[in-house]
Amino acid sequence: MRDEATFRVKVGLAEMLKGGVIMDVVTPEEAKIAEDAGAAAVMALERVPADIRRDGGVARMSDPVMIKGIQEAVSIPVMAKARIGHFAEAQVLESLQVDFIDESEVLTPADHAHHIDKWPFKVPFVCGATNLGEALRRIGEGAAMIRSKGEAGTGDIVEAVRHLREITGEIRKLTMLDEAELFVAAKELRAPYDLVRKTAQDGTLPVPMFCAGGIATPADASLVMQLGAQAVFVGSGIFKSEDPAPRARAIVEATTHYADPARVAAASEGLGQPMQSLETRKLEESELLAGRGW
Amino acid sequence: MIVGVLALQGDFEAHARVLTELGAEVREVRVPADLEGLDGLVMPGGESTTMTLGIEREGLGDPLRAFAATGAPIFGTCAGLIMLDREHLGIMDITARRNAFGRQVRSFEADLDFPDIDGPPVRAVFIRAPWIDDAGPEVEILAEVDGHPVAARQGSLFVISFHPELGDDTRLHARFLEDVRAR
Repeated sequence: MRDEATFRVKVGLAEMLKGGVIMDVVTPEEAKIAEDAGAAAVMALERVPADIRRDGGVARMSDPVMIKGIQEAVSIPVMAKARIGHFAEAQVLESLQVDFIDESEVLTPADHAHHIDKWPFKVPFVCGATNLGEALRRIGEGAAMIRSKGEAGTGDIVEAVRHLREITGEIRKLTMLDEAELFVAAKELRAPYDLVRKTAQDGTLPVPMFCAGGIATPADASLVMQLGAQAVFVGSGIFKSEDPAPRARAIVEATTHYADPARVAAASEGLGQPMQSLETRKLEESELLAGRGW
Repeated sequence: MIVGVLALQGDFEAHARVLTELGAEVREVRVPADLEGLDGLVMPGGESTTMTLGIEREGLGDPLRAFAATGAPIFGTCAGLIMLDREHLGIMDITARRNAFGRQVRSFEADLDFPDIDGPPVRAVFIRAPWIDDAGPEVEILAEVDGHPVAARQGSLFVISFHPELGDDTRLHARFLEDVRAR
């Protein structure tokens, strides 16, 4: 008996990406550079978050031609983004056979109340989260991977750190609760009770947790891995930097050796200028992306 | 008994957890010095291009070939199977076809009968899995899907294109540890 697209098969691909770096790319050439630098997967999109932020307007799913070009250029998994709640974009991405769909706050939301029901899809989904309740709601909807949201396109790691600490701290608190208290915790987290209970028992999220949003340097990758992320997404941080290929290789190396400061130091040498960055605290409320998602 | 798990990228922690549950002492392997004194090695699943580049960067190619030449048991799963083939480390006399079953939408789980594993079939999880396109005369094929070999043995080398570490069936890891103990 052969079963495709079981939840275990979906989470299985997330498991395979652990310890790796997933890089945003906008052309087949960039995808090849990413693959040759050791990326575990690429995220195919028309504009990296820094440019989406700069351009403003409505950000949507990418042109299928661009996604197909990238699928042909590399043999590693190819991910693509759909707008929050835009299940038709997700259906299109599934028909293109992308390997993972990111229901992403980086694009303009298509629904202000509902996320995509991810269970009917054969392609696994990754969703962003800023706290444990949000993460468990997304898993309840069928997400096979959770990533911190961070604040995409800034090159500022502070929000990703906040989200990772929020999630891991809340998990630690859950593990201290007794059975009666878990019902209250589920209510307060606004998350499915079964997932709250499982998380409390295991002391970890039911699916892999990766970090995204603001990673620009090898040391950033080491920081978030030490804070409990199991792999990293790098959006604008590579191809908006002065010299993308060496920086891409360096972030891959630092992700493998995140616990060895001497190796992170060696990887950090002579990389040129990182991406042009924005301090998140100086952004207007309306410019923040992490608040998108419900 | 110390068993290494190649930890450059991939689901090495899942393997380490299963091996630890089965009573093995586990060491993560990232640099050649980590291979010192190991009794066996697991090459985990993950992205084979990422692992190939990592092996190159760390100078692990020759040390891994030397380790295999000692006859120490090596268990390669998915990307680990690919790493061991003729076109990568050249340790095993097989040629793997990457992503042979297709993209992620074609990933699947299925029951597999295994010749030297007692009990019910093994529930095998295939993630963008490879199969073995060609195998030399010393390679014994252990299991197939759609007529394509997905598990094989050659002396101390044991390879499968799926992921027992993602389920709760520990029999294949236990089988590998028997080989490690028997040495």
